[in-house]
Amino acid sequence: MTATLEVRNLRTHFFTRAGVVKAVDDVSFSIAGGQVLGLVGESGSGKSVTGFSVMGLVDPPGHVVEGAILYQGRDITRLSERDMRALRGNRIAMIFQDPMMTLNPVLRIDTQMIEAVQAHAKVSRAQARSRARDALGQVGIPSPDERLAAYPHQFSGGMRQRVAIAIALLHHPDLLIADEPTTALDVTIQAQILSEVQKLAVTYGTALIWITHDLSVIAGLADEIAVMYAGRIVETGSAARVLDTPLHPYTQGLIGSVPSRNRRGEKLRQIPGMTPSLLRLPPGCAFRTRCPHADAACEQEPEPSQPVPGQTTRCFHPLIAVSA
Amino acid sequence: MSAPIIELRGISKRFGPSYDAAARLGRSIARRLGTEQKNEIVQAVDRVDLSVASGEVVGLVGESGCGKSTIGRMVAGIMPPSEGSVLYKGQDIATLPPDRARDAKLKVQMIFQDPYASLNPRLRVEDIVGEAPLVHGLVKRADFATYLDAQLRRAGLDPAYRRRYPHQFSGGQRQRIGIARALAVQPEFLVCDEAVAALDVSIQAQILNLFMDLRRELDLTYLFISHDLGVVEHLSDRVLIMYLGRIVESAATEEVFSRPNHPYTQALLAEVPRIEARKRRFTAITGEIPSPLAPPSGCHFHPRCPHAMPRCVQEEPQLRDIAPGHRSACHLNDRL
Repeated sequence: MTATLEVRNLRTHFFTRAGVVKAVDDVSFSIAGGQVLGLVGESGSGKSVTGFSVMGLVDPPGHVVEGAILYQGRDITRLSERDMRALRGNRIAMIFQDPMMTLNPVLRIDTQMIEAVQAHAKVSRAQARSRARDALGQVGIPSPDERLAAYPHQFSGGMRQRVAIAIALLHHPDLLIADEPTTALDVTIQAQILSEVQKLAVTYGTALIWITHDLSVIAGLADEIAVMYAGRIVETGSAARVLDTPLHPYTQGLIGSVPSRNRRGEKLRQIPGMTPSLLRLPPGCAFRTRCPHADAACEQEPEPSQPVPGQTTRCFHPLIAVSA
Repeated sequence: MSAPIIELRGISKRFGPSYDAAARLGRSIARRLGTEQKNEIVQAVDRVDLSVASGEVVGLVGESGCGKSTIGRMVAGIMPPSEGSVLYKGQDIATLPPDRARDAKLKVQMIFQDPYASLNPRLRVEDIVGEAPLVHGLVKRADFATYLDAQLRRAGLDPAYRRRYPHQFSGGQRQRIGIARALAVQPEFLVCDEAVAALDVSIQAQILNLFMDLRRELDLTYLFISHDLGVVEHLSDRVLIMYLGRIVESAATEEVFSRPNHPYTQALLAEVPRIEARKRRFTAITGEIPSPLAPPSGCHFHPRCPHAMPRCVQEEPQLRDIAPGHRSACHLNDRL
């Protein structure tokens, strides 16, 4: 089976006055239809820029400087802007953390949705409107007929995010990139959105990339997990493997700092120090200044290796189950 | 249990539009013409009783708009209640003479959610942290430098950064500045309003650990407001669940998480994402939180409740004991 999306050695750099920021540096992954990939990392790890690169939405001073992004076998980094527009919002869609990045505050919902339908399908206004209404109903917006005539500010945050999702789903995309769409929402609303997105992956065979810093959300949703740190993927594998037997010390640290993994009232296990600035990365492994296992070997660049089948890591001292 | 340090009695908070003279005239004309405008009052907090014992950590949980931050602000004394009273060590703050009321308020400090919005960008760290203790005479000019260094170090900040501005710090460090500022006036009680919600997981763990260290070190009492049940479970001795301005359940932390009684609490717990979970189907409570402008009659939760009965539409359930130390406001408990 060809992957819906395959990213090979992607490098997206930002050329700022202060220096070159290697926001995404040699990132590779692939995802098949109907699958959910959790792209996990903290602020500044490059997970959102990875998403923007796939969408062709990286603005100057940023550029994709190297690598290939294969959508159904075709490298979309080489597409003209015109061809890319035909794909974007149609076959490849994105949901942003802030729904107001998708919605225009001065246009009614129906105006925006009809425009989105007609941009990629030759249908009449009436047909476009009925597709928009169905999409709103699908994401659980009550009385979608009336709500079509509303403006974005008349919706609550959770409703707005559902409208943004409905727009992303209008053309039943093959690939959906969700960039922390539930981070600002309450747990009950989050659960509603997760259940919608899950249905979509099952019904239409959509490949889903879910970008988040919240391992608890991803645990229940993802098939595969890729963990990013300072512009690199430091670990990949099935959700169960990565969460149960992490290989990279950073993954282990992230899992350890989730409160429910700790005994109540006891100190949380914490990763010492802070995420380094991408402008001043130490040579070698970027995590070594915070890593309990770091030694002289880590001053070299670790290459991806597969110490156990089905699980890849960039580490000289992977945590291979000593207890086993 | 020791005496309550903070007690709320029948406290309510209503927000409504304030009318100027012209608007008042317009409304009175409209009333005479029989076209009165609809009520625009939001009942953010509805007759809540709450007491926090000295040394306790109380978690206050609820979704956006349920009134949990409003309670926090009333406890911290930065917002007066519309009704009811706030008692500090048994004394009603509203009836205390001004100087004693000020001392009482100083003992209750607040830590805010957004470490970007809650620090004055044009002040240096030394002024942000040091201004209040100087003004309130907690430290003499001569000892100021030593005092400030100790305050910064206690919050995990390098005193060498004292002359920096907030924008020169990361989110986690800014939250430490907010903590240092709150602790600099030697409070006994901290209100933490979503204090770790804006932080990355690894930074969140560092700040939560700092809270736990400070509790032991300074014998602090906390009201910990959060929508994150995982964080609240880890930190709190007792948990209160709020829905649309009312407390619907309160109990010791283990009790709430092992034997939730109110259908809302049960639904909320079912939705909490758990890292132990593997590929599961997500389901959802139907519907959204109703607008606090027009809360449902009877039990506020009845339109979303799977067990709702006719009685729930008409009659407001009272918060009452269902087991020692476990209170819940649900009519279902009457049938048992």
